[in-house]
Amino acid sequence: MPVNIISTENLTFCYNGIEVLQNISFAVEKGSYMGVAGPNGSGKSTLIKNILGILHPRQGSVYLFGQPLANFREWNKIGYLPQRLAALNSHFPGTVREIVQLGTAGKMSPRDVKEVLQMMDIEHLSSRLIGELSYGQQQRAMLARALASKPELLIFDEPTTALDPQTRENFYQLTRDLNLQQGTTIILVTHDTGVLGNYARLLLYLDKKVVFLGTFENFCASSEMTGIFGRASQHIICHQHDRGVRPE
Amino acid sequence: MSLGEILSFAFIQRAILAGSLIAAVCSILGVFLVLRRMSLIGDGLAHATFGSVAVVLLLGVSPLYVTLAALPLVMISSLAIFKLTRSKKIHGDAAIGVVSSIGIAVGIVLASLSGGYNVDLFSYLFGNILTVNQTELFLSVIIFTAVASSVIFFYHDLFAVTFDEELAQSMGVRTKRINVLLFILTAVAAVLAMKVTGIMLVSALLILPPLTALQLSVSFKTTIAASVIFSVLSVVCGIIVSFLLNIPAGGTIVICNVFFLLISFGIRKISPATN
Repeated sequence: MPVNIISTENLTFCYNGIEVLQNISFAVEKGSYMGVAGPNGSGKSTLIKNILGILHPRQGSVYLFGQPLANFREWNKIGYLPQRLAALNSHFPGTVREIVQLGTAGKMSPRDVKEVLQMMDIEHLSSRLIGELSYGQQQRAMLARALASKPELLIFDEPTTALDPQTRENFYQLTRDLNLQQGTTIILVTHDTGVLGNYARLLLYLDKKVVFLGTFENFCASSEMTGIFGRASQHIICHQHDRGVRPE
Repeated sequence: MSLGEILSFAFIQRAILAGSLIAAVCSILGVFLVLRRMSLIGDGLAHATFGSVAVVLLLGVSPLYVTLAALPLVMISSLAIFKLTRSKKIHGDAAIGVVSSIGIAVGIVLASLSGGYNVDLFSYLFGNILTVNQTELFLSVIIFTAVASSVIFFYHDLFAVTFDEELAQSMGVRTKRINVLLFILTAVAAVLAMKVTGIMLVSALLILPPLTALQLSVSFKTTIAASVIFSVLSVVCGIIVSFLLNIPAGGTIVICNVFFLLISFGIRKISPATN
């Protein structure tokens, strides 16, 4: 029986009395690569924050690795890369090495730190203060932090904003490798449905409620999605998906 | 008078020891507060301390135990700021302003009720580390130990919350618990700092050493260490200079802090690494 890494049941979240998420129910199986898309203000980031316990739903429930969120303690199984760090300022005195070690609460050997820094090609920045780096370098450091604990679930919220095209491509390639070679479950939130078509196998399309949930094959056959995306855009996404590497 | 002679006085030794411990506590907590843009909480709590001391003096508590007796009230004030900030109906600076105003208002009214402007109460406004007593010295040792162990034990949680609170939550850090701990420790530090610099300058001990250290920081841990070093140096220099020139110790300590801050600005300006 497949293991659900994430499942939500009738998740509803309100902000200032307005329902931002309405009865969201879905499940993500181990080893999935799910893309989450939707227009601005559709609740994509809010959904992720509810799943991670940053925000608390008005009703409904979230389960992580089969456990209710309130009882879940194995946070080292999850790596999260937020859209944009709220508090990060140029005066923050943490080095890249300290930020990466944060991913394992300091329980990381120097060899492991070196390995993850090398993987992200930022070993030469390890002693630099995070606030002094460019946004692209900061994002790579943050990704290294997310990967540090060798998580079973990786959640990325608009991870490639402000990355150059080559770094962006490398980033998505890395997520694919982690998914296919190590079985890491990936949740990728992005506006870029073309990217989702290329890399994700499942699509969750939100607009405060679940508009579409299924495989790209179903997405391509859905007339409702044609209505939302337009025939040309839907065709491009499906074409990119066909070109993308699929799992066995 | 030689330095050796000055340091041979028991009250100077007590003042340097207690002052250094209190300054170290403030400078450690100050790093987290400054980086989280909560520096002015020191000001708010200092004013709450004024009101709390007024209450304690009105109740007839011996001056020997005023610091100890004022602690619970200042802790409650600190938690009130925390609660107001989290209510999302009031911004953090306004929450500090509310508690700060209540503290000052209560202090003035109670001073008046106790028969005009009370000399004891107003002596706390400007502090005098040279009059630190055994109880306060003992309290400083305990509080320093408590703060240092809390920061060591919760270092990763404090680091994570300071870096990004939402990210910390996503890592399973119990951010509310860490915030309450930080607010309570800050309340304790503010009450103790009252003795070193006086209520008027409590926030200086929380803000200036971390700010100095941040100009020269090469990592988070060294920033905390540098903050402690600058704060202790300021206390030692301040006490000695104030004794030699017969000027108030609290103000002199703060001026020493400002002196180190200006030097650090200068170093940062000419350092190639930061340009």
